[in-house]
Amino acid sequence: MTKSEVIGKPISRLEGPLKVTGQARYAGEYEASDLLYGYVVNSTVTKGKIAVIDTTDAKMLDGVVEIFTHENRPSTAWFDIQYADMDAPPGTVFKPLKDNEIKFNGQPIALVVAETFEMARYAATKIKLAYIEEEFETDVESNLHKARDPKKGLASMLKPPPPKPKGDFEEAYRNSHVQSSGEFKHGTEHHNPMEMFASTVIYEGSKKLKIYDKTQGTINSQLYVANVFGLKMKNVQVISPFVGGAFGSGLRPQYQLFMAVMASLALKRNVRVTLDRAQMFTFGHRPPTIQYTKFGADENGKVNALYHKAVAETSQFEDYVEMVVNWSNMLYPAENTLFESKLVPLDVYSPLDMRAPGGSTGMHAIEITMDELAYKLNIDPLEFRLINYSDIDKSSEKEYSSKELRECYLRGAEKFGWSKRNPEPASMKRGNKLVGFGMATGIWDANRLFARVEAKISIDGKATLKSAVTDIGTGTLTVMSQIASDELGMDLEDITFSYADSAMPFAPIQGGSFTTATVGTAVQTACIALKKKIVKKAASLKDSFVSNAPFEDIIFRNGFLISKQSPEYKISIKEILEKLSLEEIKTTNMAMPNPLTQGKKAKAVHSAVFVEVEVDEELGVIEVKRALTSVAAGKIINPKTAESQILGGMIWGISKALHEETITDHRFGKYINPNLAEYHIPVHADINDLSVIFVEEQDEFVNDLGIKGVGEIGIVGMPPAIANAVYHATGKRINDLPIHFDKLL
Amino acid sequence: MPDAITELNGDIRNKLVAGGTNINDLLKYFITKADKLVDINPIKDFNSIFRLENGGVRLGALHTNADTAYDPIIEECYPLLSKAILAGASAQIRNMATNGGNLLQRTRCYYFYDINTPCNKRDPGSGCSAINGYNRIHAILGQSESCIAVFPSDMCVALAALDAVVNIDGPEGERTLPFADFHRIPGDTPHIDNNLTYGEIISGIDIPKKGFEKNYSYLKLRDRSSYSFALVSVATALDIEDSTIKEARIALGGVAHKPWRVIEAEDFLKEKQPSRENFAIAADIILEGAKGYKHNSFKIELAKRAIIRNCIMALNPETQRPGAKPSL
Amino acid sequence: MNNRNEHSVSLNVNGRHYQLDIQPWVSLLDVLREHLHFTGTKKGCDHGQCGACTVLVNGKRILSCLTLGVMKDGAQITTIEGISNGENLHPVQKAFIEHDAFQCGYCTPGQICSAVGMLGENKAQTREEVQELMSGNLCRCGANKGIIDAVMAVKEGGYNE
Repeated sequence: MTKSEVIGKPISRLEGPLKVTGQARYAGEYEASDLLYGYVVNSTVTKGKIAVIDTTDAKMLDGVVEIFTHENRPSTAWFDIQYADMDAPPGTVFKPLKDNEIKFNGQPIALVVAETFEMARYAATKIKLAYIEEEFETDVESNLHKARDPKKGLASMLKPPPPKPKGDFEEAYRNSHVQSSGEFKHGTEHHNPMEMFASTVIYEGSKKLKIYDKTQGTINSQLYVANVFGLKMKNVQVISPFVGGAFGSGLRPQYQLFMAVMASLALKRNVRVTLDRAQMFTFGHRPPTIQYTKFGADENGKVNALYHKAVAETSQFEDYVEMVVNWSNMLYPAENTLFESKLVPLDVYSPLDMRAPGGSTGMHAIEITMDELAYKLNIDPLEFRLINYSDIDKSSEKEYSSKELRECYLRGAEKFGWSKRNPEPASMKRGNKLVGFGMATGIWDANRLFARVEAKISIDGKATLKSAVTDIGTGTLTVMSQIASDELGMDLEDITFSYADSAMPFAPIQGGSFTTATVGTAVQTACIALKKKIVKKAASLKDSFVSNAPFEDIIFRNGFLISKQSPEYKISIKEILEKLSLEEIKTTNMAMPNPLTQGKKAKAVHSAVFVEVEVDEELGVIEVKRALTSVAAGKIINPKTAESQILGGMIWGISKALHEETITDHRFGKYINPNLAEYHIPVHADINDLSVIFVEEQDEFVNDLGIKGVGEIGIVGMPPAIANAVYHATGKRINDLPIHFDKLL
Repeated sequence: MPDAITELNGDIRNKLVAGGTNINDLLKYFITKADKLVDINPIKDFNSIFRLENGGVRLGALHTNADTAYDPIIEECYPLLSKAILAGASAQIRNMATNGGNLLQRTRCYYFYDINTPCNKRDPGSGCSAINGYNRIHAILGQSESCIAVFPSDMCVALAALDAVVNIDGPEGERTLPFADFHRIPGDTPHIDNNLTYGEIISGIDIPKKGFEKNYSYLKLRDRSSYSFALVSVATALDIEDSTIKEARIALGGVAHKPWRVIEAEDFLKEKQPSRENFAIAADIILEGAKGYKHNSFKIELAKRAIIRNCIMALNPETQRPGAKPSL
Repeated sequence: MNNRNEHSVSLNVNGRHYQLDIQPWVSLLDVLREHLHFTGTKKGCDHGQCGACTVLVNGKRILSCLTLGVMKDGAQITTIEGISNGENLHPVQKAFIEHDAFQCGYCTPGQICSAVGMLGENKAQTREEVQELMSGNLCRCGANKGIIDAVMAVKEGGYNE
């Protein structure tokens, strides 16, 4: 990198003008000629078989074109083969309309295709259905006896099983100076991005489709469609430039994509299928999880024993797992540990990664147990974290590539005013309100995968980069443009980052906080390769100063190649191209982590979270008055969009702690609040004074740009910090989420 | 009688629509069905607020909730009503929803909204899923074995406290109903929300002169700070002279099939000091006979505390916060 | 009404007159999105629970999903596409960009229309009042702070047309 001009600057989102004027188009908004609308019909029973599905009356309705069910759906080879998408857990991928078997409530069982959306929706109510119902189980708590080890599969690579036991936990715990234990219950949560899932399929002739899909991975959707429908990859183009939120829900191709493609191919028409809000509760969720902790510490406050067990729900057909119990020993270097992770398969759809999967669940239990231990030791909770600070990930015995968590604690505490806290619970008051300060630690992986990027410079002096990666609101477009701008020494305005098209070079699904590190590094790699190619071309010119200069001695600035030693020597890229009669110079490169060295160190982002709550003494009403997160996440490319990522995560944390839950009525085996009126996410009135501090880390080990990722870390520490603040305010430990205010009455 | 009623043609499959904020929602969920919708917005007579000769005020049935809440007469003379309206729904919905429609909105019970579960209100005789189900948001007062749904309005809680009168027009002519008699308790006919008969229409709501503008408060307790329905809400109106309560009105929302008032409690407060102790006794009287279920028993204690707090807040109405959040 | 149950309706959207035949059960939201292709108005729930479909009707912010196209015959409607003055962004739009008041952008048109409507109502003075009167617009990305910051900045006169 020559010189940092825009990296580190709070650049406003480049797509901002499109988003504030309504010009940004999302998957269900593309116009197409003679477009047909599909409406999905969902099972109203939880388990059993469809005995009768009679579409006669519905088909007679004016404007209904076709109704697809398991009885008449087109046959594809897929129904008989194994196929897994990029984020599929071990097991068998659910195949809509495969047969008459019902595996979960809300299972898609038919697609009505009509000339208008309203007619499709209405006709769906006219389908006559009869089921043979079977007994079902949907409650983790009443099925704990079925808990078993998860099956292993590809997903285990990014989600390793719990670390092996160390030392002798039982003995160490028994002999600990102080002990703390807890049971923690988390319910089901749904991603509920504001945009509902939609696919618009443009039929471009036999076996050729252009698809606007709501996804976190254009190539993931492309692979899925090509495989499932037996199409050639090059004949399936998936485009998703704007994604109205996803938070993990777009990591797997969802059933509206299958339905829309099926209908389009069968009817040879353009088809759109958009799910409704209730259907947004039928395809993946954060699994209900029950956790148990037992931590012990010695008289000096050193944690010496850690036990953490999680029992989570999965479906009957896939073993979805999260890393819930792997975190405590990554933070606190106890010598005696025991971790367990179990699954209970139930008659539900498979859970699905949702913002900080596992981490936001596990850290809640860990950080409340730590808070409790601090009280028992009579040590300030922050001081207690510092006593147990480690630069080594004890669970793997590896040194961290960088870890500025201590600085996060100290700067966060200073800015928050942690020292004003009276340690005594229920000791601080403001009128009728009890005031509580709580803190917690956050941690998340700093992963990186591989990606390819095409970089091109044209005779007009503009550079274009291409990647199939999406921008789900994370700021990817802006951040990638910034990286390219600095690497090529060109103004941002001269950079075009083209993205979100499966026809472009490979990028993995966008998730896990690994996109900026993965694609950003690929952008950098491609830009360097492009510069080398330009230098090589320039060197072939007669009388060029470039021919004698090593690559390192040439600076790229504002479209010129300049000699480092003698800046008076320079040549514009335009001139090079003209002299060589070239329209453009182009390169495509892959960047991947070095498998030989990457495993040598532990890599993580960290946060320290401080929260002030007010709890109405008489009524229990909880308000998060202030929250501050200080984050150490390597190099921050764009402080504005990165801060928004953290703030968004913090608000997710407030929501997880106090608001959101999908309520299951286990008598029916179904969710009873599948709407945004009763599935509460915070409103503006719930969000008060939030702030973010970035403690920058210089980390040349994680990748050449020093990027770690900020998508998840914002949420992880918030729920326990809030719960700890509620405890400090009231003296009441509420371990189940969300914390309903009536629990404090 | 307005033409709209004629247009209904006496056919129960036809429905009226005003603001549309509830019926369009219900139609799209296929909870309500309509062969024909009659748009009553053109009835200009119903769309105003004006002073009555007796010193009270008439709220036109088609006047919007927002225009009512922000009307200078209401803000000045009936601030309790203004605050209650502004605690309901969202600004956009208040800009659409009408006063008449507010009285006629249907319950937000999860099971009423799920057309595939039993619900006596939606499908008479099919059973009540809530009574043994997830009933956090349900009734603790006046409910029956058939139905434990609650009426979701905030505005009506204030109207109940203010002793409003509902003006009704219909094929049999005009009539009035005291607010307390407008909504029903479920009994064994929970599918009937109120005492309006088919073909009748609300033309307006009259509020008596007494507005309790000096001592009033609306408090709404819910699972988030705004844009959600009440678990418990309280409207309090006090008439205090020389530190003595001359008249008290207390109505509860979120706890019953209708706004809930207990006259005995209000009578008890007469000629008493406005003290926490007296408010607590009144709260106990109001909640006498309350019955909770697996998930909503907390509402009994919460309602008592909310009443006490809101009565204290009514002593200093200026302490009220946006969204009817608790203060002091 | 024709034989497809269509009613003739006249709408003025963003200053332009449209005459169209629509079925009575089509929501104003679907009229705007599917018939007139004003897809800037978003469908986040279709049931009045999220605020993404907020538009201005005769100057007032309403939810277009909870009203019917046929009920708005003759109305003046402003959608997000009509908020700016040509190329010149509305102060609220400028402030949203500057304060990073969105991430995915899906709730944004509704937030902006709602904010413009709210500023016109002039009922919110303090930050707490703005928070309350903007609470009819959900944001799942958690851009709430930026949104309220942006609206406050406009209120305080930091942005001009």
